[in-house]
Amino acid sequence: MIELQNLSAGYPGREVLHGVTLTFHPGRVLALVGPNGCGKSTLLRAAAGLLSVSGGQILLDSAPLETYTPKEIARRVAFLPQSRPVPSITASRMVLHGRFPHLGYPRRCRAKDHRAAEQALAQVGGTDLSHRMVPELSGGQRQKVYLAMALAQDTATILMDEPTTYLDVGCQLEVMTLARRLAGQGRAVILVLHDLCLAMQAVDEIALLAEGRLVSLGEPEELFAAGILDRVFGVALGRVNTPDGWRYYYQ
Amino acid sequence: MRSWRTSSMGRQPNKALAVLAVLTPMLALLSLCLGPVALAPGEVLGALLGRETGTAGQIVLYARLPRACGCLLAGASLAVSGAVIQGVLDNPLAAPNIIGVNAGAGLAVAICCSVAPTAAAMVPFAAFLGALAGVLLVLFIAQRTGAARITLVLAGVAVSSMCSACIDAVVTFVPEALNGYSDFRVGGLGSLSMDRIVPAFWLALPALALLVALAGELDVLLLGQETARSLGLRVQPLRLLLLALAAALAGAAVSFAGLLGFVGLIVPHIMRRLTVSGSLPLLLSSALGGAALLTACDLLGRLLFAPYELPVGVVLALTGGPFFIWLLLRQRGGRTG
Repeated sequence: MIELQNLSAGYPGREVLHGVTLTFHPGRVLALVGPNGCGKSTLLRAAAGLLSVSGGQILLDSAPLETYTPKEIARRVAFLPQSRPVPSITASRMVLHGRFPHLGYPRRCRAKDHRAAEQALAQVGGTDLSHRMVPELSGGQRQKVYLAMALAQDTATILMDEPTTYLDVGCQLEVMTLARRLAGQGRAVILVLHDLCLAMQAVDEIALLAEGRLVSLGEPEELFAAGILDRVFGVALGRVNTPDGWRYYYQ
Repeated sequence: MRSWRTSSMGRQPNKALAVLAVLTPMLALLSLCLGPVALAPGEVLGALLGRETGTAGQIVLYARLPRACGCLLAGASLAVSGAVIQGVLDNPLAAPNIIGVNAGAGLAVAICCSVAPTAAAMVPFAAFLGALAGVLLVLFIAQRTGAARITLVLAGVAVSSMCSACIDAVVTFVPEALNGYSDFRVGGLGSLSMDRIVPAFWLALPALALLVALAGELDVLLLGQETARSLGLRVQPLRLLLLALAAALAGAAVSFAGLLGFVGLIVPHIMRRLTVSGSLPLLLSSALGGAALLTACDLLGRLLFAPYELPVGVVLALTGGPFFIWLLLRQRGGRTG
């Protein structure tokens, strides 16, 4: 479990996050939402140990994050970055790279690593992609491969930075279904999302950030009832009740 | 239906490697047999085993063997150096001769030969330091200016030009610093002796072995810095180590073969097409492919206009230049990632 305690972080000469306190609970899907530049990606990077912290601290399984080696962090936390290069390798090999934190020297994959990678690709519905070269895949298919790589890491926490961007609606829903399934397995799943409506209907908890600070944290319905999303985003969010639950829309 | 493990290996890397593993020694044997005096394979073998002590033995041991070994070592070193540099800098246009590595090594060789002309064993290590300084300077400039792919190439051109001018200045003041200077500039393997190759070999061998050992890390690095770090890789130290090893390989080659261009650019590109998926097959096939290409070009340079001899660097430039232009056009078309 990751706990951010009064966390301040950013880049050299520019602090982006100011005093954020937030916990990523196992078995729950948390969406980070907020206007552009509010620090959502910075928060994820800091939680993954990729940014130095300028104030507060991050606890990973109750111990300060800096006491772990990069590999130890990678065995506990998977991070799907926003920018994803497209290496000229097969999808299956790409997914196998997710096992890197678990490999000793000389980085030779064992049978159980191949099995884990195979299962990860199956879990995202991408078994048929295993032989294909990554550059030949569509955006949605590449996303599946990246997700499978993160799953192959077999971590208790999965951080995804804009996993639904550039995907068609069908693929977006697949990603959200997968996130729910992963949470069902007891993992903490944290997503940066831009689509408020998607976030409102598919996650357990929403953390609303603005100007580097945590403005609000709660279940989607609580945030909707408080009207805080409308104020921060400057939109009017509406909803209708359907047999599948609340569906949100911009008025 | 192919299994998961088979599929992960990509496009038949073993077949390409096997072909190269046969082709390269065959070319080396041809290189020992052919020349102004044609020798039978039996004579060459006899000379290598010390049974042939006549003229044929002298030709093989003192003229053709050093040259063949030089081709194999310089070709393999430069090609692997190019593959590593392209991967680490995520730039398909990067190569030791383009980003200032060769020129830095060349300058160090010129300085070393002018200051300590009798210390032949020191030359490869001076070349390594020069190559390392070249690559670090280019990296520094590119990072300060945004690290765009084209910036890196332009910074390399600038550093190469400065180093070339300095080499000219050194040779002007100490003309005997680089004997056969024109050969050194374009890259040539004439009048090579084993004394000059052996120290370079001892620099290149551990660098090559370390790179093969780090192939797994290089694979992960190719996923991009952020992904690599999230997988637990210490990216910055690894990048510096890989570039230092690439510089050692390029320096080893430049120390006895001069400023050979294009091997480090062309061969990794070709090998990426023939073998796929994974740095280890790429490094191994680049080593074999670079050795084969340089041996073939040297053979052509010796035979095409016999009794005149074209330096291997000239033949390489005539084949590598058009390839580089094609690569640039392809880049412009946006089909290379």
